Amino acid sequence: MAAPHAPLRRLAPQIIILAAVLALNLAVFPDFFRIEFQNGRLFGNLIDVLNRGAPTALLAIGMTLVIATRGIDLSVGAVMAIAGAVAAKIVVDGHGWGTALLGALAAGGACGLWNGVLVAWLRIQPIVATLVLMVAGRGVAQLVTEGTILTFLNEGLIHLGAGTILGMPTPVVIWIALGAGVTWAVRRTALGLLIEAIGINESASRLAGINAKVLLTCVYLVSGLCAALAGVIVAADIKGADANNAGLWLELDAILAVVIGGNSLLGGRFSITASLLGALIIQSVNSAILLSGMPPEFNLVIKALIILVILVIQSPRIGHWLYILRASGGDPAPRRKTPVKETAR
Amino acid sequence: MTDPVRPVLHARGITKFFPGAIALADVELALHPGEVHALLGENGAGKSTLIKCLTGAYACDGGVVELDGQLVDPGSTQESQKLGIGTVYQEVNLLPNLTVAENLFLGRQPTRWGMISRRRMAAEAAEVLAGYGLDIDVREPLSHYSVAVQQVVAIARAVEMSGRVLILDEPTASLDQGEVELVFDVIRRLKARGLAIVFITHFLDQVFAICDRATVLRNGHVVGTRALADCAPRDIVHLMLGRQLESEVRERHGGQGGEVLAEIDGLGRRGMIEPFSMRIRQGEVIGLAGLLGAGRTETANLIFGAVQADQGGVRLRGRALSLKGPRDAIAARFALCPEDRKTDGIIGDLSVRDNIILALQARQGWARPIPRAKVEEIAQGYVRALDIRAASLDMPIRLLSGGNQQKALLARWLATEPELLILDEPTRGIDVGAHAEIIQLIERLREEGMSLIVASSEIEELVAYSTRVIVLRDRVQVAELEGGEITAGNIVRAIADEDREVA
Amino acid sequence: MIRSTSLPLYVTLATFVIAYALCASAYPAMLSTRVAANLLTDNAFLGIAAVGMTFVILSGGIDLSVGSVIAFTGVFLAVLLRDTSIHPLAAFAIVLALTTGFGAAMGAIIHHLEMPPFIVTLAGMFLARGAAYVLSVDSVPITHEFYDWLQDIYWKAPSGGRFRLTGALMVLTFLGGILVAHRTRFGQNVYALGGGAQTARLMGVPLGRTTIGIYAISGGLSGLAGIVFSLYTSAGYSLAAVGVELDAIAAVVIGGTLLTGGTGFVAGTFFGILIMGLIQTYIVFDGTLSSWWTKIVIGALLFTFILLQKGLTWATTLRRRPAPGSPMPS
Repeated sequence: MAAPHAPLRRLAPQIIILAAVLALNLAVFPDFFRIEFQNGRLFGNLIDVLNRGAPTALLAIGMTLVIATRGIDLSVGAVMAIAGAVAAKIVVDGHGWGTALLGALAAGGACGLWNGVLVAWLRIQPIVATLVLMVAGRGVAQLVTEGTILTFLNEGLIHLGAGTILGMPTPVVIWIALGAGVTWAVRRTALGLLIEAIGINESASRLAGINAKVLLTCVYLVSGLCAALAGVIVAADIKGADANNAGLWLELDAILAVVIGGNSLLGGRFSITASLLGALIIQSVNSAILLSGMPPEFNLVIKALIILVILVIQSPRIGHWLYILRASGGDPAPRRKTPVKETAR
Repeated sequence: MTDPVRPVLHARGITKFFPGAIALADVELALHPGEVHALLGENGAGKSTLIKCLTGAYACDGGVVELDGQLVDPGSTQESQKLGIGTVYQEVNLLPNLTVAENLFLGRQPTRWGMISRRRMAAEAAEVLAGYGLDIDVREPLSHYSVAVQQVVAIARAVEMSGRVLILDEPTASLDQGEVELVFDVIRRLKARGLAIVFITHFLDQVFAICDRATVLRNGHVVGTRALADCAPRDIVHLMLGRQLESEVRERHGGQGGEVLAEIDGLGRRGMIEPFSMRIRQGEVIGLAGLLGAGRTETANLIFGAVQADQGGVRLRGRALSLKGPRDAIAARFALCPEDRKTDGIIGDLSVRDNIILALQARQGWARPIPRAKVEEIAQGYVRALDIRAASLDMPIRLLSGGNQQKALLARWLATEPELLILDEPTRGIDVGAHAEIIQLIERLREEGMSLIVASSEIEELVAYSTRVIVLRDRVQVAELEGGEITAGNIVRAIADEDREVA
Repeated sequence: MIRSTSLPLYVTLATFVIAYALCASAYPAMLSTRVAANLLTDNAFLGIAAVGMTFVILSGGIDLSVGSVIAFTGVFLAVLLRDTSIHPLAAFAIVLALTTGFGAAMGAIIHHLEMPPFIVTLAGMFLARGAAYVLSVDSVPITHEFYDWLQDIYWKAPSGGRFRLTGALMVLTFLGGILVAHRTRFGQNVYALGGGAQTARLMGVPLGRTTIGIYAISGGLSGLAGIVFSLYTSAGYSLAAVGVELDAIAAVVIGGTLLTGGTGFVAGTFFGILIMGLIQTYIVFDGTLSSWWTKIVIGALLFTFILLQKGLTWATTLRRRPAPGSPMPS
């Protein structure tokens, strides 16, 4: 149970795992923690982890909120592609980077709104509702780019993905700022509490006077906006919008980050910080594989094994066993499985 | 034992411990063939624990179960089913997406060359159900039929699979009068076939209508087994409560309340409840009486806007309100404690503290969080005022007992300082102590000038605190009792009139 | 008599017929046996995988590993046939055993660790794709006379369409799937699981055995789909068949199966596959439409069918039939 005054205890597993993975990095690559400052920009493997993890981290922010309401957003990868395509299209058409960013955010917001309306108003299961956009979204993105990789040279837009702010790569600044901002917004206001209430028991929340429909819609809207930002960063990074590959399978990474962050897929209590740590863990593993000189082919296999380990650790069944072990503490095992355990369906 | 006939099922000395409590102590239960045996007791008396011990869902810590004179020790519900003990629960435990026939034969479908013969299955299902007086298309999904029909199908499945003992755990709790008769008809048929039937219910009239004997449990002990032919409902109630009912009835403080707070004018919704009107004065408690399904909950939900009315309106101090949902009602200082605490009331995983401030916070809006000190003050205040027993305010509310959950929900609404508090079954499923406290609280709130509407199936309770009682029958308001007219007898008479007309 | 539960199946069927009629009226050549034959051949691997997906979705689960398993199967076969002198039939047997076991393992984890299928099969997706990468990053061609022989088996229809072995295999898989779903106790248990796991357990459905069986079927059929895919492309490539699971899910939903589980038909998935194939064929015939319209149209279809199902569930809960002639109190 995460009491509000014990955030460290809540984050401890993620911090420990992250530290372990970083230590592993250090073991395979002694210079891992070295950070240099050259040409007004910080360089180093740690900075790379922060930078490369930006898209997943951004998606994880929105995904955490969505999952807290007992939902899921499968469409974020496709929304990234749409947003990237829209931004590229706008600068290619000769407008400024500000317009492009706004346009991309508007596109992402519209996608999020669409998901939100399907989930909150038409009461379609989230996994089903967002599947529609996941399937159709890349088609829409290709419609915008007309099937090509739309390249651009707009300095301002490129700066969002490849530039720096005060020496820090821009994407890092963006995701840390957004993460902090959203965390602050949900915890300094009552939003966090209301979102958790909806995730745990929507019908009771509605009767308690919570505007569940509007809040649900907003949550998907935020997820769409986060995806749009991630899409712009990815497009800016490669100086082009690739409707086929931008953000491909990143929704799965984002969900994974949220799960590694210890947030239940069944909704309820959530921690954005933990999800962000989860995103960093995923990225650190990637970098460990890269640095160890292992063929990158092993990346997916190792990721799968990590998921398995986390699954086992988080499994309610294992938790139950541990509980029994601890509770019985040497007592003879109960004759039969006595109390019918309360499972969360 | 001195029973002339050997019982089908004989449980002796059944004992069950739960951590820190004795759930059952030396319980004895004997079931004869062709008998309907009521198992009675207040919530928490040990009825469901006993059933779970008999059906193997729990392992008992002591005692033996004999079936036809043979010692049995079922290790699971499946095993007990094979032995001949079938169980039907309040919520139909069948699959709504499968057809009636598939539900009846799941796991034992008639096969031909390893393939299920659907035609034979349908024919056999129709034949089986005909034996229960049910003539329906068995190829339709179960979800197409009413709860009563589903309940009969569940009974049929249990009987076909077991056939010796049938345990009915509140099978009629969500049925209306006509549907109850359908189930009773089936029970009578089974009784004639020589089954031993355990019938658990909260409705005493049903006990006397269908049962032959009754065993009453209190606090895990058997307090008595009676043949119902030679005792009165009052005797059974005394056994269950272990005290005189009269002590419950408190002296009524007169008064029709103050000025009119709200006027409900022709509020209704087609297919749900007929339009009704009422005036609610300050400082009065309006009791809503009626059988299950008569429209009590619907009335409460409509006034609160939990369900939107399609006609009529509500005026608050003369001004018309637009009630599009609970939010509008809360803004007008209405509050509703819903009937189903678990699904509509508590937010299980949130702390007791968060649950208490939730409605107030929702009304204030997300942008204006209640300062932590204020939250603490409100929560602590109500914990003290209502005597909510929780180890800590940080613990998830789902871990609290039913009574304490209910009190926390009351605290949630009292924190919004409502002018009209609607309570739907405020004492359902909670222990006796909390029961009395909630009734006292209702009195106190009324004295302080709050208006209350209380829907309850417990007539004695309504008599105790109501200043006015509205009786509903078949979704229509049929009577309004005031002052001295409010007696259990009068209410029952008003509720029961219907039966005479229809028959 | 049309029962409301089979209504989505009829809607799918009608959609297919109407869509085909519209296509044929625009391009009469689409009525040829050649188009029909290609429809079966081109979608054979997807169809076979979709049968497995139907079982998974009927049970209320989801299997994200399908595409990766197809890719793994292709690479595994290609590498095995390149590096050893093993006969392809033996290789088929090995790979089918592997993928079936893989599916069963996922089912076991889902059941025994009580984890959501979504996450478990996501891990399976990474694992299978990763294993394919590890075997070979590049596309490995398959050259074996037995492959040539298999690819040359076809029945030539009067007007020139070539109905190939793989298409027949898909149809057979569907027939088998229909039998298993509707005429076996296992199939009934799948439906029961989709209707509610707890209730199914109380009614005596062996949850563990059924769950493991379902994902084993899905894994095994993905393996079979991989074999068909390798016959189709004559190569194994670890980047192949990306996102096939999405197409399979779409076909299942368009085929009238409820994504929440419990209701649907294997036969519906067949028409779902055909409808999706038809869209692609139409776009090829048209020539001016870009390929991405396929995705958009499939997305729109998906949306329509989801709305339709929503409407149907809503309608059935609204009017529940009371007991006919329920006796009145006497």
